[in-house]
Amino acid sequence: MKDLSDLTLKKARAGLENKDFSAKELVSATLERIQKLDPKISAFLTVCAESALKQAAAADEMIARGKKLQALGGIPFSAKDVFSTRGIKTTAASKILENYIPVYDATAIKRLGAAGGILIGKTNHDAFGFGSSTENSDFQVTHNPWNRDKVPGGSSGGSAAAVASSLGFFSLAEDTGGSIRQPACFCGVTGLKVTYGRVSRYGVIAYGSSLDTIGLITQSVEDAALLLGIIAGQDPLDATTLPDPVPDYSQSLKQGASELKIGLPQEYFITGIDPEVKQSLDEAVKKFEELGAKIESVSLPHTPDAIPAYYLSGISEVSANLARYDGIRFGHSSSEARKLEDLYLESRAQGFGPEVKRRIMLGTYALSAGYYDAFYKKAQQVRHLIKQDFDRAFQKIDLLLAPVSPFPPFGIGEKAEDPLQMWLADIFTVTINPAGVPGLALPCGFTKNNLPIGLQLIGPQLSEPTLFRAGQAFQVATDWHQKKPNLE
Amino acid sequence: MEFKPVIGLEIHIELKTNSKMFCGCSARHFGEEPNTHCCPVCLGLPGALPFPNKKAIEWTIRLGLVLNCQVSEESKFDRKNYFYPDLPKGYQISQYDQPFCREGKVTLKDGREIRLRRVHLEEDTGKLVHLRIDGQDASLVDFNRSGVPLVEVVTEPDFQNSEEVDEFLKSLQRTVRYLDVSDADMEKGSMRLEPNISLQLPGQNELPDYKVEVKNINSFRFVRKAIEYEIARQTGVLQKGEKLIQETRGWSESENKTFSQREKEEAHDYRYFPEPDIPPLSFGPEEVEEIRQQIPELPEAKRQRFQREFKLSPYQTDRLIETKELADYYEAALGVNGQIDGKKYSSPSEVANWLINRKIDIKTISPERMIKDLIASKEVTRLGEGEMSRIVNEVLAENAQAAEDYKKGKTAVLGFLIGQVVKKIGPQADRQEITRKLQEKLG
Repeated sequence: MKDLSDLTLKKARAGLENKDFSAKELVSATLERIQKLDPKISAFLTVCAESALKQAAAADEMIARGKKLQALGGIPFSAKDVFSTRGIKTTAASKILENYIPVYDATAIKRLGAAGGILIGKTNHDAFGFGSSTENSDFQVTHNPWNRDKVPGGSSGGSAAAVASSLGFFSLAEDTGGSIRQPACFCGVTGLKVTYGRVSRYGVIAYGSSLDTIGLITQSVEDAALLLGIIAGQDPLDATTLPDPVPDYSQSLKQGASELKIGLPQEYFITGIDPEVKQSLDEAVKKFEELGAKIESVSLPHTPDAIPAYYLSGISEVSANLARYDGIRFGHSSSEARKLEDLYLESRAQGFGPEVKRRIMLGTYALSAGYYDAFYKKAQQVRHLIKQDFDRAFQKIDLLLAPVSPFPPFGIGEKAEDPLQMWLADIFTVTINPAGVPGLALPCGFTKNNLPIGLQLIGPQLSEPTLFRAGQAFQVATDWHQKKPNLE
Repeated sequence: MEFKPVIGLEIHIELKTNSKMFCGCSARHFGEEPNTHCCPVCLGLPGALPFPNKKAIEWTIRLGLVLNCQVSEESKFDRKNYFYPDLPKGYQISQYDQPFCREGKVTLKDGREIRLRRVHLEEDTGKLVHLRIDGQDASLVDFNRSGVPLVEVVTEPDFQNSEEVDEFLKSLQRTVRYLDVSDADMEKGSMRLEPNISLQLPGQNELPDYKVEVKNINSFRFVRKAIEYEIARQTGVLQKGEKLIQETRGWSESENKTFSQREKEEAHDYRYFPEPDIPPLSFGPEEVEEIRQQIPELPEAKRQRFQREFKLSPYQTDRLIETKELADYYEAALGVNGQIDGKKYSSPSEVANWLINRKIDIKTISPERMIKDLIASKEVTRLGEGEMSRIVNEVLAENAQAAEDYKKGKTAVLGFLIGQVVKKIGPQADRQEITRKLQEKLG
């Protein structure tokens, strides 16, 4: 078994098909690598070795019997710990669900499993997805594999760190306001945030239901295209999934970036961007021009309003979505409480961390009688304006290109004391979630201190094929996505 | 001082769809083994999402149309937030400002109109069971009922007394049952009533600044009693010159009175907001028309048709349309009437009387059987001329005084004498023949 960090998903699959190695060898090697390297980065909350090896044995049996290997047959992957996994602990990185074991699989988990994918573990993140650094996990701090003193980004920091460290070929994650794109950017990997409703949310522990999207952190655009084809599509268990047929995304990989009209939103290139980030972005823009894309400047005038609109919508939904953690049926339940009200108060006070409590309280306030119109309702009106911004822009251009984060990965503890600073770190990623449009984060350079820098492409509703087309053209022309951190 | 009662109603009706409101679990819960009809959705497990039951929505609109409501072109579900162990998600999916139906009206028998504010759809909660386990008080939750579709009908405060409320509720219950969308059974909790009562001062035009809502009522009789109790109680308070407060009161069956449960200050802020997991729904005129087509003949239309087609009395029709089953049975009986024996045709009125007066058990006796019995009842016992004479003579001899009275002009005793003869012959005796014979002998 050769070094896993040299393998891509495509090569691994070919290796299995050609019987260069068995699924059991591939899975065992991944488990061993996790055992060896994860103590350095703490990306995993749970490693499910037993079930993974069992599935690997089943895949090997299929190969032995000469059956055609499924699209992901024998391929190990991880999932953010918000995906319900039957029989496997699912904590949302919160103490309140510390010992919760779901009785069912999320739809995306089911679809990946049906395609032969092997779940190897559940990754760390900010509890319930609330954060941009994975420091808000109730269990552990995940380290950036490129520099262990830096955060991996968040909320899906564990997923991004795992993929960057070749601990599983991809990670299933969730993006409410940048939770896939920003950690992908910080860890130098590819992150796909899909159109709202493109992938079923069924079984995924909710953050903000109208903003949550299920996506992927991968080694490449090519992998993202393959995997989206597997998890996308209408789900009878999620009323917000779109009925539109799922196209063959692999087709769009071949089309190149030539003739694409790419807009640079002027509101994203203003003061405050780190000069090294700015320089990498400028070089990426040049690269797209070389690839035949037409670049022009566009305006998204409501961008400054996106952060308050995003947070007000999100936290309002949070206040209701997290009401079910009440100590009655599952999760942490205070053992001292004698009265019903005490049971609620104590279970929640003990089980939720400070950031979760902050969002529940703010959301409860925003929905209260007398404040609803000024906060929640106003936020919905602003969401409408943000959507209009994008609609208008996409009448003239095919895609937008923007930074993912205004700065490179920051130090662990650097922003943890100032929640507002942390909220503002999402400035370039949160805008698209209230509009429901898709985005693709790609590595596009490194700082002089060898920290990853990323860009994001943003397209109109259901424009994933165009995102893949541009993203693949960029990755064919560059090798930023192939760089690996040295963890040895 | 004469106070004028102002009464409004909130009625919850559980729909009898096969599956629950937002998942595929069976909606049957009465008398089932606890927690056997549940899944991640109706247990509110992390990550589970609601998927609305189309039939429940159509049935709600059907009921709204029957109550002369406007169907909202744009509707949505909302979350109503509160904590209680029988509410697994910590919020109830309900409808707030865009219910499926609004602004309806129904007309009472005396011509007064009752306006309906709204008809909306929501999910039922689970059920708490309090008992003692190993000598300790325990509260258990049964989630079989969690997520069962529940329709809420809200009237304007247009009722003036308990009789009007009674008439409205009975008519609503009959309508719901005719629509076949709910059993509307008060005892099983598939129909629940919450009247709100306040009093208007003489000369006062605007609504009172308080209302008293009464909960936990499980029969029409208790609704009447609770309303009457409240009117008397509130009158007493006002007569003493005191003020009444907004509150929720419970009904005590054992004491036949209401008692205070919760005052206004403790009222919840439910923090309603649009349910993000369910996209808004829209119903165009064609879709509404399609639902309207599914509405069966309702009691009032049936009443008019029965009177017109079968020449029945108002009393007969009232009785026959009490339930759809009885009305259907009557029409089925008319269908076989005359087919069993072409010569033995009974009039629709005769069939109606037989069905009503004999209290036929329509569950065990087929319409055909009933018609056969009706025919048999008309088969008279025919006796020979000699035999009839002998019996009539016997009766006249035994009742000499009566015979004498008749001859003196007290013709009313004839009925008595006929009865005496029938007694000897049997119930199928030919009364015409007996009358003729008696008159012959006496005259």
